[in-house]
Amino acid sequence: MDEQYNSGIPNKTRRDLRRCVIFGATALMLFNWPGSSAQADPKPARAKSVIQIWLWGGLSQLDTFDPKPEAGHDYCGPLNKTIATNVPGIRIGQKLPLLAQQADKYSVIRSMTHGISSHETAAYAVQTGHMPDDGPVYPSVGAVVSLYKGYDAGYTGMLPPYITITESQGRFPESGFLGWRYSPFCTGGDPNKTPFLVEGIVAAGISAQRQNERRALLHNLDTLGRKMSDNPQFKKMDEYENKAYELILGDEGKVFDLSTEDSDLRDKYGRNTFGQSCLLARRLVERGVPFITINYKGWDTHKQHFQTMNKMLPELDNGLAALLQDLSDRGLLDTTIVWCGGEFGHTPKIDWEAPWNGGRGHWGDVFSIIVAGGGFQGGRVVGASNEKGMAVKERPVYPWDLTGSIYELMGIDPDGFLPHPEGLKLRLTPGPGEAKSGGRLKEIMK
Amino acid sequence: MKKIIIFLAAVLLFGISLARAADNTQLPAGLYNMPINNPIDELVLARLKNLSIPLSELCSDEVFLRRVYLDVLGTLPRPEEVRLFLADRGPAKRSRLIDELLEREEYSDYWAMKWGDLLRVKSEFPSNLWPNAVQAYHRWIKKSLKDNLPYDQFARALLTSSGSNFREPPVNFYRVVPRHDPEKTAEFATLVFLGARAQKWTPEQCLAMAAFFTRIDYKKTGEWKEEIVYYNPAGQLSNPATVQPQQPGVLGEKIEIPPDTDPRVVFADWLTTPDNPYFSRNIVNRVWYWLLGKGIVEEADDIRPDNPPQNPELLDWLAQELVTHKYDLKHIYRLILNSTTYQLSSVPNQYNAADEVNFSHYRVRRLDAEVLIDALCRITGTGETYFSRIPEPFTFIPPQQPAITLADGSIDSSFLALFGRPARATGYLSERNNESSATQRLHLLNSTHIQNKIYRSQFMRRMVKTNQDDGQLIKLIYVLVLSRLPEDAEYAAAREYARNSGLNRDEATGDLMWALINTKEFMFRH
Repeated sequence: MDEQYNSGIPNKTRRDLRRCVIFGATALMLFNWPGSSAQADPKPARAKSVIQIWLWGGLSQLDTFDPKPEAGHDYCGPLNKTIATNVPGIRIGQKLPLLAQQADKYSVIRSMTHGISSHETAAYAVQTGHMPDDGPVYPSVGAVVSLYKGYDAGYTGMLPPYITITESQGRFPESGFLGWRYSPFCTGGDPNKTPFLVEGIVAAGISAQRQNERRALLHNLDTLGRKMSDNPQFKKMDEYENKAYELILGDEGKVFDLSTEDSDLRDKYGRNTFGQSCLLARRLVERGVPFITINYKGWDTHKQHFQTMNKMLPELDNGLAALLQDLSDRGLLDTTIVWCGGEFGHTPKIDWEAPWNGGRGHWGDVFSIIVAGGGFQGGRVVGASNEKGMAVKERPVYPWDLTGSIYELMGIDPDGFLPHPEGLKLRLTPGPGEAKSGGRLKEIMK
Repeated sequence: MKKIIIFLAAVLLFGISLARAADNTQLPAGLYNMPINNPIDELVLARLKNLSIPLSELCSDEVFLRRVYLDVLGTLPRPEEVRLFLADRGPAKRSRLIDELLEREEYSDYWAMKWGDLLRVKSEFPSNLWPNAVQAYHRWIKKSLKDNLPYDQFARALLTSSGSNFREPPVNFYRVVPRHDPEKTAEFATLVFLGARAQKWTPEQCLAMAAFFTRIDYKKTGEWKEEIVYYNPAGQLSNPATVQPQQPGVLGEKIEIPPDTDPRVVFADWLTTPDNPYFSRNIVNRVWYWLLGKGIVEEADDIRPDNPPQNPELLDWLAQELVTHKYDLKHIYRLILNSTTYQLSSVPNQYNAADEVNFSHYRVRRLDAEVLIDALCRITGTGETYFSRIPEPFTFIPPQQPAITLADGSIDSSFLALFGRPARATGYLSERNNESSATQRLHLLNSTHIQNKIYRSQFMRRMVKTNQDDGQLIKLIYVLVLSRLPEDAEYAAAREYARNSGLNRDEATGDLMWALINTKEFMFRH
């Protein structure tokens, strides 16, 4: 188990660090460190929203954004061709023709690395920007954005500030030590179905009139609530009930009604759950929701890898390409970060033997993601993997280099400190010397 | 900052209670009338009189029944149990019910859940016990509670066991801290057995505590995910300042480890000595918190000299009772549950509404996530789907299995996450979040999940069909959902809805059930 942590920070350093943390904690609480207030002097925000497309199980880099046709059959299998993109010099995998036409809008990072090969710890590293260890459980980027751009920071939207379509990724507690107030609202349901039943907001078969009558009955029967109407917990319940009905009966909830969208546009996104999730994400961005995760499952392909790729890659290609084009057409791409990737990549060398029969395992040493919009330039490639895609060749990008860049573009100080219930001083991203770093993505940040 | 605010709030509350004391010199004498069921009541009452905070009334039988089921079993009473209890005119029926509940199977289910939170029983992240070991550990915890294993023996088993994580389940205590760091292990043991945060101790105290946990070692076997935890005499911790081996100790007291002795055993000996107040005070305070929603020391797992108990005599008396009754935890439950203090109404009077910490009235709390979903399943006759994202052999959970019996924190549902089930990442009591949120409200009011439970309930349809009289049906629903009969006004409102809503009987009954589920009376312990 332990070997998977080694590539982040050397074991010795980590132990020393931990010791520092233990001895330092008491001291830190006594002294007000310079620059300890989290939002001392943030740079102005370029981006207003983030769409995180989470490929649960990891994107197979050799079949998509880091193709290695020279590596041969044992590495490429049947997906051994590349295609040109609309950016000279950038070629990607053959199954992504629509994304090839959008390459000017996104940058490919081919040198993501953390060295972890277990789902939960790798997902934690990528989504929080911290290596897993036995210290505190950090919040995910979505929860941090919800803290600094949500209700505590003056967000007044009726829609929750962090929305996940459709189910939580759930392999670690997303809000970490911040507490569940910053957890995502999960829509549930299926946006490709009509009606799209959003948990709590859209219920089938209950008319507005009946909603109102039923609610009046509830008020009539809330006897204990009336007896203790001054109880602070009960008052909160009443406040939340009012809010809930504004969403249930008011206009804000209509954001989930995709049937009002142009039918051709819906087709472009793809008439499947992922495609319509992308469309919904755009609608949520239009309403000012600061963080949206699309939790896209089905990428853990130990077996049947290529069959799965043949099915999933066209879906990804459709949905993501349509999203980038649509955001751009509406002038939203400049203020919306879109990033797409998973917890790791897949084994470059194919497992041909039984029981895998042509599968790819987990690969955390090097993998690819793409970033677009919100201040990230398009049409660029960051870093490179080596000849067979086994290791980073140049310009490593660690998870915290990515999350730090996202924070920076969102106007959140990546070097600030998070509020911790015990008063520990914990940074949004690891500080200098606390973790290996390739630096934030300055080369592609406008 | 947070601490300053809490401090200011405490000063303010104190000020208010002083002001009230001045105002209320003419309080009606009856407000302090309280049947003294045991010394708990004397000690609580003495404190309240001192502060001039009057008591609320004794709660009704209906309220007591529901409360004690939820608090002791985490489970709603069934309608026939409600009827039997309310019809019982015998003396001491509350006491008899308490004795009966403490012997029920759900008692060990529910308390194994609470202990699972504290001991962080979970397959993965951040602890890494893995499914087989989790199941074995949970079974051991549940059995210990069911057999009422004396608490000192329970603690000793957790602290001193050696062997396989599958065959010697309490060794999993030492597998929770992912990389087995002695200082982190010491923090964990401090939290569990002393109810304290070692992080707030001095570095020297932390190191001394860690020195007890340096001779634990781990090895794999040929069986997948099996791990042996054992005593390795070679282990030691050196003090970085002196570069000498660190001597173990607790809270400034140095403790000698005789040669060839496992320091864990020495620690367990120190811990479970009858005159060690830290050990017994911590657990009685925790049980008090579990049953009443606030500790005598609050926060209940942050015990330290500068966070004193608000009623030290009460804490000491309970701790002493535990020791003289040979660490019988059920004795402590029985004392608390039988006290008038526990049986006070949650409805405050005009003088005690502001009291948060002196137990002048029962504290309302939203039901735990697991308890709430089990209650919803019970009253609608439906099941739930639970899942684990870990490839493990225990992921098939029969839909009818109650959530309070789930062994593994990694076995989950979106409902449990939404309603604040703890992540078992720290073991702190505050990790279980029973606050309300807007999204929870949305979920209970309007989610497909809850709508389906109510409106597609075969159980409810049968009830509607077999009870053609609307009045009778309303009463049945009330007993089922709220464990009581409707008051006249409620009955009239429900009847009117059935008559005038224009809905068929199934739908109208569904709406009644929906309305009752969304009352505070349903959602809160009260």
